[in-house]
Amino acid sequence: MNQNVENQVKVRKESKNKIRVDFDRTPLKERLKAKFLSLFFLKKVLWYIVRLILLIGISYIVLFPHFTKIAGSFMAPEDFVDVTVRLIPKNFSLEMYRAIWSELGYVQAFTNTLLLSLSTALIQTFICCFVAYGLAKFKFKGNNIVFFAVVFSLVVPHPTLRLSMFMSFRYFDILGIFGFLNGGGFEIPFTDIRILEDVVDIIPNAWDKFSPEGINLTNTYWPLIILSLCGLAFKNGLYIFMLRQFFRGVPDELEESAYIDGSGVFRTFFQIILPLSVPMMITVFLFAFSWQWTDDFYTGLFFTDAKTVLMPNIVNIPTSLTTDYAGQNLYYAAIRNTCGIMIIAPLIIMYLFCQKYLVQGIERSGLTAD
Amino acid sequence: MTNDVKIKAPKRRKNASLEKRKARAGWIFVLPFLIGFIVVYLPMIIDSIRYSFYHIKFITGGYELVPVGWQNYNYALFESTEYVQTLVKGLTDMVFDIPMILIFSLFMAVLLNQKMVGRAAFRAIFFVPVIASTGIMEAIDAQNTLSDYMGEASGIEDGSGESAATDIVSAMDIEVLFSGMAVGQGLVEYVVTAINNIYDIVNRSGVQMLIFLAGLQSISPAIYESVQIDGATSWETFWKITFPMISPMILVNAVYTIIDAFTTDSNVVMKFISSSEKSITNGNVITSAMAWMYFLLVIAIIALFALIFSAFVFYQRRD
Repeated sequence: MNQNVENQVKVRKESKNKIRVDFDRTPLKERLKAKFLSLFFLKKVLWYIVRLILLIGISYIVLFPHFTKIAGSFMAPEDFVDVTVRLIPKNFSLEMYRAIWSELGYVQAFTNTLLLSLSTALIQTFICCFVAYGLAKFKFKGNNIVFFAVVFSLVVPHPTLRLSMFMSFRYFDILGIFGFLNGGGFEIPFTDIRILEDVVDIIPNAWDKFSPEGINLTNTYWPLIILSLCGLAFKNGLYIFMLRQFFRGVPDELEESAYIDGSGVFRTFFQIILPLSVPMMITVFLFAFSWQWTDDFYTGLFFTDAKTVLMPNIVNIPTSLTTDYAGQNLYYAAIRNTCGIMIIAPLIIMYLFCQKYLVQGIERSGLTAD
Repeated sequence: MTNDVKIKAPKRRKNASLEKRKARAGWIFVLPFLIGFIVVYLPMIIDSIRYSFYHIKFITGGYELVPVGWQNYNYALFESTEYVQTLVKGLTDMVFDIPMILIFSLFMAVLLNQKMVGRAAFRAIFFVPVIASTGIMEAIDAQNTLSDYMGEASGIEDGSGESAATDIVSAMDIEVLFSGMAVGQGLVEYVVTAINNIYDIVNRSGVQMLIFLAGLQSISPAIYESVQIDGATSWETFWKITFPMISPMILVNAVYTIIDAFTTDSNVVMKFISSSEKSITNGNVITSAMAWMYFLLVIAIIALFALIFSAFVFYQRRD
């Protein structure tokens, strides 16, 4: 026995030495040859090149329309009538950025939208995690029905429900309680029916906030926050579905061991499950945040007066840039594009920041393997 | 007797706990959604469905709802010449688009998940369509005459022009290539159209790509390590590890792609519905009838698909 073990150790030592000695004796040229002329290396390089070409090609397709926008945003009005100017501006100018920044209230729109998007996105991420976890890990009667309701809420696009959605927040009322308290019974004013014909922004806002028919929640952040709290905002069904699938993939043993250690359901959720699902949560947060940021449907529907300046409101032609000049159409298109660039620029920066965490998440807690 | 029951009742409540307590916890978790669905969402849906059974008559100072029964549905199905046709066209389009989007986004997600130079930059670029194809950005793009003007010189299709000259590959070249391989004409056309629609496909697969990416991130690296030690090639690793582990996300993405493709504004049926809202008399109620029939169809398709596909989904848990 003893001898055997000693022998093994010896052999290992020898072979280790041997490799080193062999390595030292082989000349550099041979070594390089072995490394770079092998099939394995060739395959790696080929794959690298193919991958790079593919990615760059597709990136080009994605970015080209945006290149034209960015190029156009630096052009002076003269460049739009000059046929020789294509992608590179001849008369470089930052006039558009300056005008949008100072005249259209970019800063105000930015802070307002940031507040709105951040609050709704955080609420949505949390609520969707909550609901999805309930759907994924608990068997109860009606689980499937609730899940069906989630998918259903995703299928019916909200623009189809435009009128009812506006009405229910214009006269916000929980199951008719407020209406009942106030004597109830009201006629929908004729002006509101006009939304059917897509004239959302003409509705006069002459009613009091607390009319007997219910609370007027338009022109506040409440409609969107209520929708977020219920997991019914834009594409929340997708988030719930996505997180449910993710949670279903998490092994049950994890929670069982937590239960055995005496942790309750909610503590398990907050301390075990949530830290696990950071990449998924960040993805959901990114979606929720950026879709709320660029959204013009809900903001157009719920913000009917001009007091609250949000991102979609800044897409306009600044007064100092109005012109009857030739090439007006192109120039105005370029101004609108510049607005677009200024709207999505913060999102791209945020994404670059978030994607770090998107990678980190699970690598830190490699526990899915049992 | 009565005594017996009295003694037994509290005992039972204690014993039946775990299952019931878990069920109760489940209800608490889904409660926010449930309340919202019943209090906020359902009334809207019922409202909208109710409209589809009425005619709206505008009278001075208000309007009047006249109940007409199934007349709107009848009109949409049998009297309108285009509705059924558009439905069929929309469906056939989807059969083509959905697999393409899924395959492409999974492929790109796997690529972007590998370690390489500039990965963060590439990921950021592929994120652009997610934000640039919704809401206000879409509205800006719709008015964007500049892009066409500047794009003229470069010849790349940016989704707006459909002239033959801008096709990236012509069907002829590919056909010659494929004829030697003896694959059918249908497949050739499929591939050619896919390549020519690449802009469209890239734009529509941004969300799916991110979902796949997040899914890939949550596969434990330890599994890959052990497979590598066992000597699996990357091809085998993909089919034996990545694919099953990502299959729950494939289901999500497939369902989402179906929903997204069917209900975006650019879908033929949605376009038809919104255009006939103005062109037909009493359009708003008839279109809501059309829309509800359409959504029912979409739900049926999703249910069918999910039923078939969920047999192949792998969950890392015991049931």
